[in-house]
Amino acid sequence: MAAILEQAEAATELRPAIAGRNPWLLAGRRLWRNRIAMAALVLFLLIVVVSLLAPLYASHIAHTNPFVNNLNGTTVVHGKRVPLMQQGGGILKLGETPIGPTRDVHHYFLGADALGRDVAARLLYGGRTSLLIGIGSAVICSLFATVTALIAGFFGGVTDSLLSRLMDVIWAFPVLLFAISVGTELQTLPHGLSVGPVHIVASSLWLPTLIIAFIYVPYVYRPVRGQVLTVVHREYVEASISQGASNVRLLFSDILPNVITVVIVLLPLIIATTILTEAALSFLGVGVQPPNASWGTIISDGSSLLYTRPWVSIAPGIMIVLTVLALNVLGDGVRDALDPRAKLRVGG
Amino acid sequence: MSGAVRSPLRGRKLYTWSTVAAIAALVGAAGCGGSSGSSSSSSSSSATGAQKGGTYTILANSAFGVADPAQNYTLQEWQLLIDTHDGLVQFQRVGGTPGTKIVPDLATSLPTPTNGGKTYVFNIRKGIKFSNGQVMKPSDFVTTFERQFTVPGPTSFYAGIVGADKCSTKGCDLSQGVVADDSAYTLTINLTAPDPEFFDKLALPFAYVVPASTSKKLTGNNVPPGTGPYMWQSYNPNSQAVLVRNPYFKVWSAAAQPAGYPDKIVEKYGQTISDEVTAVENNQADEVFDGDVIPSDRLNELNSAKYSSRVHVNPLTADWYFALNTRTPPFNNLKARQAINYAADRNAYVKIGGGPSLAVPTCQILPPNFPGYKPYCPYTAGSDTTKWTGVDLAKAKQLVQQSGTSGMKVVVNSASDDTSKALAQQMVSDLDKIGYKATTQLLTGSIQYPYVQNSNNSSKWNVAWSAWYQDYPTPSDFLNVLTGCGSIHPHSDASPNIAAFCDKTIQAQMDKALSLAQTNPTEANSIWAQVDHAVTDQAPWVDMYNPKQIDFLSSRVHGYQWNPQWYILIDQQWLK
Repeated sequence: MAAILEQAEAATELRPAIAGRNPWLLAGRRLWRNRIAMAALVLFLLIVVVSLLAPLYASHIAHTNPFVNNLNGTTVVHGKRVPLMQQGGGILKLGETPIGPTRDVHHYFLGADALGRDVAARLLYGGRTSLLIGIGSAVICSLFATVTALIAGFFGGVTDSLLSRLMDVIWAFPVLLFAISVGTELQTLPHGLSVGPVHIVASSLWLPTLIIAFIYVPYVYRPVRGQVLTVVHREYVEASISQGASNVRLLFSDILPNVITVVIVLLPLIIATTILTEAALSFLGVGVQPPNASWGTIISDGSSLLYTRPWVSIAPGIMIVLTVLALNVLGDGVRDALDPRAKLRVGG
Repeated sequence: MSGAVRSPLRGRKLYTWSTVAAIAALVGAAGCGGSSGSSSSSSSSSATGAQKGGTYTILANSAFGVADPAQNYTLQEWQLLIDTHDGLVQFQRVGGTPGTKIVPDLATSLPTPTNGGKTYVFNIRKGIKFSNGQVMKPSDFVTTFERQFTVPGPTSFYAGIVGADKCSTKGCDLSQGVVADDSAYTLTINLTAPDPEFFDKLALPFAYVVPASTSKKLTGNNVPPGTGPYMWQSYNPNSQAVLVRNPYFKVWSAAAQPAGYPDKIVEKYGQTISDEVTAVENNQADEVFDGDVIPSDRLNELNSAKYSSRVHVNPLTADWYFALNTRTPPFNNLKARQAINYAADRNAYVKIGGGPSLAVPTCQILPPNFPGYKPYCPYTAGSDTTKWTGVDLAKAKQLVQQSGTSGMKVVVNSASDDTSKALAQQMVSDLDKIGYKATTQLLTGSIQYPYVQNSNNSSKWNVAWSAWYQDYPTPSDFLNVLTGCGSIHPHSDASPNIAAFCDKTIQAQMDKALSLAQTNPTEANSIWAQVDHAVTDQAPWVDMYNPKQIDFLSSRVHGYQWNPQWYILIDQQWLK
């Protein structure tokens, strides 16, 4: 028996050391090899980059301020200067219709909205706003939910019960109705919302960001808490406890790294959801406030022009579809990369 | 409206009774109005080729709330109530300016007030029956007026009747104020003070007679019997209202209550306005309810030769304006108020309101073609102060500097519908141009109007969008109601002087004009014109435009007439 052990040790010593495989690296490689997910990532990044270039487009290419009404303005179409708002024809001359798409990037490429503003420039600025709110609220939501879930799952007992019931209460509210209620109330505060040293004006993008972040906390909290409850009884956690590790160390060094994959998988999906929620709230008038633009507000602006200038609504609609599609596909890819067994299970 | 909001409510008054929210929800529609129209014209009353019969179908986006005539305060029901009910007096039932004339209806003549203008003795017509066959008697009017206080209705119209001050929803005894003599067929109304507008108030549907047996409480969706040529067969706010002929009706005064042409009038609810337009284009219905604002992107179709002959555009005696909060900085400063008046781009507001065919820029309170109206616009570029020709930004900026209010934050409150929101954004743009830091505060229509009226909220806004449509054609209905000192009711949702503007000198002029209205209307109107200009100079508002209204009808409708008080006269049209 001793001889066998010696041979084995000798063989081990002779064998070249196996390089440790970082699970994140492995996940990254799996994601890299997922061409559909990578295409989605490229599309999403493209949308982000194009949106970030909004000021450049507005000031250097279109030469327009998309936040200022321009009802008496003019532009150039086929070399001729024409008014942005065109009076109706016939005998009655009823109504004023904004100019349609010119297909000229320098002059109202996608036409004007009902206030004479450049739709293309507003679309890019709207992308910045929608992405900022979508990503911002998803990150805030995930951070808050993760910390809360860690505390609830780790300490258990009364703490877990209280936090979980609080989440149940938030979850019980219809999401849009709740957001509309909060948004409407906050809009009647002429000088914004003050909580201690924090002051947010009524037109601030922080309001929709925080509202949306708040309403989705339970959606992240629940799966993360479930994972914490599983991890907290694992051997390596008990080993750390036996070595006298502090609660903070246990939470953030032992448990968090083992539940963070849940958050990472959820994040793109939550971003997609928050972007849709922002669009819905802004469409309903309680999200982003004028003259700021978001894809939701632009769709709302275009809803009264569907018969004559449908592109005012269609263009931001397409952007929302592409962004959400990209994020959902990317989210699936991230999940497959981080938990390949899930794919096997799903695939049978 | 492509903008403009046309309110189905007359005036834009709200009161403290229970249906205030429901009524307010109807405000805010957009309206546009236009000028001439192809075949527009407002008065052709010739009945050549007229024929009775058929069902006239109106499509309306939503119903008008509670149907009790003592309480309902919407154009939508009033257009039907004038065909089913009568008052002592009535606005002449014809199109055009003659339609503003008061004529006797159930009274045989217009009495001359006695007792210093405080007593009216009406001789009541005999032989008139309600649609349930019951004979109409003078004592029915007592119940009608008492119901104003017990239902309740907008009691401010009839608060001057003796005994009214003791009335409430719990009970009302007007035996001293409204004295009926069923044997002599007379009705005596005693007022506590002369009221030069009393005939106008009696011509409103609140004062239309109902049987004495009618409940003193709200009848909900059941409309009590009336005496007009039609009667209510049914009303369901979720589906439709149906009016059929009143078998007991006989014409007693064609000027006040002529017979109608259609056998049946149906108003259907629930479609989008865009769908209503499509249905009328296809002759599947006869009228897009004229309180429903046709979406701006459907107007181009109506411009086509195919439909333009079926479109009628008429100017409304209405104002679209921004009230400036005179209680707080910066607009407690006259120069600041005048500054934004110089900077307001009324051309832009008109475009939002549907363009020059549907809105006319204005600077003053009284609308055109109104008693006491004399064109006046001091806030314009150039030297012609009779009309607005352009902004004067230099003057505006100079005034802002002089006022010491430059850089102040300004909250522009408005309703959240497309048109009101667009107007608010334009106001923000105009304010920013002259050095203010403006933001919008958008509230749903049902909240916005009571919100800006209530002084509890006065620290939360500086500029508030609003619109006003006449209750009846008297200058006081604009000037006294909207800018008079007596129209400020602190802590109330019914305080129509939104700007809280009160100038004692101007108020004294208003009081003088009111006192002269009955005895010397010409002199009174002359004073009202001075008041109008004086208020305009004090700039409690930024007046934007006077809207026009579109009526869109099917090709089978003939005999269109537009009455300044009731707008389209539904039953005076025939179907062919």
